Amino acid sequence: MHVELIGIHKYFGNVHASDDIHMTIPSGAIHAILGENGAGKSTLMKVLSGFIQADQGEIRLDGKPVIIHSPADAIHHGIGMLHQDPLDFPPMKVIDNFLVGSPGKPIPNRKNVIRSLEELQKEFDFTIDLNAYMDTLTVGERQQLEILRLLWLGAQVLILDEPTTGISAPQKVKLFDTLRILAGQGKTVIFVSHKLEDVESLCTKVSVLRRGKLVGEVEPPFDIDELVTMMFGKVVSLGKRAVVEQGQAILELKHFSVEDYRMRLSEVDLQVHAGEVIGLAGMEGSGQLLFLQTCAGIHRPITGQLMLNNQDLTGKSYHTFVNLGVRYVPASRMEEGLIPGLSLTEHFVLAGEQTKPFVDWAASEKTADERIVEFNIHGKPTTMVEDLSGGNQQRALLALLRTPLSLILMEHPTRGLDVESSIYIWSKLKERCRQGSAILFISADLDEILHYSDRILVFYSGKVSPPLNAMETTVDQLGQLIGGKGWPSTGSWQPAEAG
Amino acid sequence: MTRNKSRWINISFQFAAILLALLFTTIILLFSGAPPLQAYANIINGSIGSLKKFSDVLVAWVPLLLTTTGLLVTFTAGLWNIGIEGQITLGAIFTTGLLRLFQDSGLPPGLILILAMLAGMLGGALWASLAGALKTFGGVNEIFGGLGLNFVATALTLWLIFGPWKRPGIGSMSGTEPFPNHLWLPMISGTRLSIWAVIIGIIALAVIYIVLRGSYFGLRLKAVGKNIRSSFLIGIPTSRYMMSAFILCGALAGLAGAVQVTAVYHRLIPSISSGYGYLGLLVAMLINYKALLVIPVSLFFAALNIGSIQLPIILKLDSTLSGVLQGALVLFFLMMDGVRQRVLRKAER
Amino acid sequence: MTTDSILLGLAGVLAAAAPIIFAAIGETLAERSGVINLSVNGTILLAAMGGFAVAVTIDNLLLGCLAGMLVGALVALVVAFSSITLRQSQVAVGFVLALMCRDLAYFLGNPYMGLSGPRIPSWPIPVLSEIPILGPLLFRQDILTYLSYVLIIVAWLWIFKTRPGLILQGVGERPAAAFVRGANVNRTRYLYTILGGALVGLAGPTYSLSVKAGWKGTISGLDGIGWIALAITIFGGWNPIRVAFGAYLFALLQWLGLVLQPSLPGIPSQVLQVAPFPLMILALLIVNIGNTEWVERVLATLPESARKLIARLLRSLRASPPASLGVPFEQE
Repeated sequence: MHVELIGIHKYFGNVHASDDIHMTIPSGAIHAILGENGAGKSTLMKVLSGFIQADQGEIRLDGKPVIIHSPADAIHHGIGMLHQDPLDFPPMKVIDNFLVGSPGKPIPNRKNVIRSLEELQKEFDFTIDLNAYMDTLTVGERQQLEILRLLWLGAQVLILDEPTTGISAPQKVKLFDTLRILAGQGKTVIFVSHKLEDVESLCTKVSVLRRGKLVGEVEPPFDIDELVTMMFGKVVSLGKRAVVEQGQAILELKHFSVEDYRMRLSEVDLQVHAGEVIGLAGMEGSGQLLFLQTCAGIHRPITGQLMLNNQDLTGKSYHTFVNLGVRYVPASRMEEGLIPGLSLTEHFVLAGEQTKPFVDWAASEKTADERIVEFNIHGKPTTMVEDLSGGNQQRALLALLRTPLSLILMEHPTRGLDVESSIYIWSKLKERCRQGSAILFISADLDEILHYSDRILVFYSGKVSPPLNAMETTVDQLGQLIGGKGWPSTGSWQPAEAG
Repeated sequence: MTRNKSRWINISFQFAAILLALLFTTIILLFSGAPPLQAYANIINGSIGSLKKFSDVLVAWVPLLLTTTGLLVTFTAGLWNIGIEGQITLGAIFTTGLLRLFQDSGLPPGLILILAMLAGMLGGALWASLAGALKTFGGVNEIFGGLGLNFVATALTLWLIFGPWKRPGIGSMSGTEPFPNHLWLPMISGTRLSIWAVIIGIIALAVIYIVLRGSYFGLRLKAVGKNIRSSFLIGIPTSRYMMSAFILCGALAGLAGAVQVTAVYHRLIPSISSGYGYLGLLVAMLINYKALLVIPVSLFFAALNIGSIQLPIILKLDSTLSGVLQGALVLFFLMMDGVRQRVLRKAER
Repeated sequence: MTTDSILLGLAGVLAAAAPIIFAAIGETLAERSGVINLSVNGTILLAAMGGFAVAVTIDNLLLGCLAGMLVGALVALVVAFSSITLRQSQVAVGFVLALMCRDLAYFLGNPYMGLSGPRIPSWPIPVLSEIPILGPLLFRQDILTYLSYVLIIVAWLWIFKTRPGLILQGVGERPAAAFVRGANVNRTRYLYTILGGALVGLAGPTYSLSVKAGWKGTISGLDGIGWIALAITIFGGWNPIRVAFGAYLFALLQWLGLVLQPSLPGIPSQVLQVAPFPLMILALLIVNIGNTEWVERVLATLPESARKLIARLLRSLRASPPASLGVPFEQE
């Protein structure tokens, strides 16, 4: 199916998420939509798959203009979308999951459905047990099933949103084979990704989005450097690099392994010193969050040791970590960081030390006022946190950090903030470093990682790189590592290969 | 929108809710062939018609005040302590047990009564901690854990009344043998009202009000109720705080049970909680968990309960009319609040 | 005790379980769609009274049953409207209705107290009722008890074997995914909440016209049944067959409490009668404990093989509610 997007615009409040996008994708193509987080990839795909409607613009399928009202409507038009976290029903059986919403008689003939599904499976060499429960399948298998389901429903256009996140290498090979078969059958495959390696090995054309705009379209052979530049744009000047003298070791990880149901990070050794900033780079879901939260004491490592200021904290509770000067600052400010319904003053009281049973509200309000001024928060002590803007909420989160702290673990410290706010936040964080704190932070912004970190750990599909010296690493090198290029296939890591 | 304007909108929606609740109750009355105005007049007359009647309202008000006060604590922590009925009951059982143990001991009655009150609080707190432990360590929703424990508490009462604590001769639904007069909380002459009970109730509300409003404990509890994840990450031991909320509420419910035994019934009866736990939940919902409104609204609800007692005699109507009106008030308050938010959402678009 | 009297008693257990089955399966349908209807206890009482009043007044058993169902459907409509359209807490609205409908039942039922009314006759099924043992046990009941057998099977088939049933599961489990597959989430929720409410309502006349015929106000002995039905819904893991098992177990325990009392003088009857409740709490504990955080923490300290084994055991016992239970759905 020949897909055309003509002048698509979509606004969310003041954010121009899709800005005049024109795109043509012929049948038989495997077309990549490339861009960093927040570039507008998902918005565009949601428009095409009927989740949201464009504010302006037209979609044409095989030359005919169509209006897509809902995802179910999209599939009627032959457009199926495979979501990053497959939209399926974990506690149900595979076959039941497959049948939800499928057309047909009220009582489906399971035997027939299973038989024809098995045939369809064979076509792609899939071997999913149709009587298994969904939650026993891997993400890769759940994807395969979604693909089968969409094809079964007659999808001619298949949109895949970050499909290679969270699946194993052999599954990826299988996925790519499948997509090539589909393209060979004349179907249209749209591959949304920020992984350069995947795009390079699979796609017939690449459209790069940045900040809602289509910044370029490239055909193979791809020049990786060019793609990286297009994706991340020109480097914004973040000012001079702040140099902080480093002190003794704060955090020591020895043969540290962590695991969740998706992945396992094995045998990490790391020493973080007072005043040091370590950036954790990688695409979302590559294991960096698990790593960060385990350092915060929220999860337990399955093997290895975690030492804080020479004290063994392995397996201790989160509150022990908190009491010994570790603070985790989550990314979802309103869900995990702040407490909607409480004022700024109340937050400062909660985060502060308790000296007596009753709160001295007058004094607390004064302290709150001082902090509000110090951290440049646009609000009053009585302002409810949910009434603050994002940047102010983030500054409030920082203002809540106690002094002194040994270790600050931050998730996306400046996501969604303008450059000025970001620079301000980092000036405050560097101040913390000067006071002797060590900082580990996750960011999707490569410039932020390179500019503010002393060393960098790169995460890719559950693998962790050894610490890289930030001064000696370039945006291109980092972008490629994040995209899975330049990793040693086996054996020891040789950073020199990273270029 | 200015604060003032949205306040007026709030009040007008709440007023509409009251009107709807009255309208609903009136329709019910008409449907059952009763004269609505006369019924309402009866309720008013039956509750504030005389000083004696009003003193009865106060008798009912104290346990309701205590349970609602306790529920403010659990609601602040975001918990639905439906098990409060059982907590009242266990309070009454512990109080009765202590009184039975010490009634012939020769200790001064005042001391025995104080010990009895403390025993009641202990009983309620223990029963609540069971529901709390099931919730925080067993993952059992507090609504179902609490309900199950309510039934067990009722059975325990029946067993005691018909078994170990039965009246000389044969046990009956009228309860255990009444305690001698000197083990009653002293009453104002000519009424069934004990001024001590009223004082206990008001002190309890004042203490909880101050704790919730001014203490670190209260603030953390509020944080846990509003966002348990953030609270945990900010360093609050959330499980411990939820348990404390249960125990505090249970202690107050147990105190209500102790008051029922020492100041109202002077013995253990099968339905010793009189439904004040569930009624307290309604009051707490209606006042939207604002402590200052506890006094007037629980007084109003107690007045409805007492005022409707005479309905069967005068109008041959069931006294549960008060429950219908109370339920309708809360229901329409909730619904009108939903309508208000919906209207505001639409207006913002 | 003779075999005959045991059979008669067990047949009574099957009949006594019928209203609980109606209520718990009705609630299962509503909760499967993602809506908790906490009003069950009040609904059953109001429907029992209403069904009895209608049956007495116009002397028609069928209309009595239908009146009970109508009451249940209307109460459920209030729950659905308040929670889906007005986005109020399902727990709050349901709880208020549970109390209010109970009082309403006692208030409106006052004139019908103690009246003698019609009773649904038992209707032995020809041939089948003559089968030894099974006949007297299963097939000498009244039509509502037969209906309860049918409901168990039909509800199970509907939820697990039909396309609409699969959509129902999907809506409760992950509304966003069901929406993508073309389901109208809120309409589905309204539909099953009301249908489930009608079944809960049917439990009322099943009591007042059959199991405990008549209306006796506060001493009808029905107060509390609704809460049990709610617990059995959880115990049954939202599966009609497991739910029915829970209902039969409960009715059996109550019967045993009555029967065994004379032979166990040391244990008062009240203890045996509430035996189902601690068991219910224990059952809820078993199905829920695998979801708690401290268990995960303890597990993490165990060696790999033991950890995997215990995790699997807990997982198999676990009854997880429909994932979106109580959560409003907002389409993007």
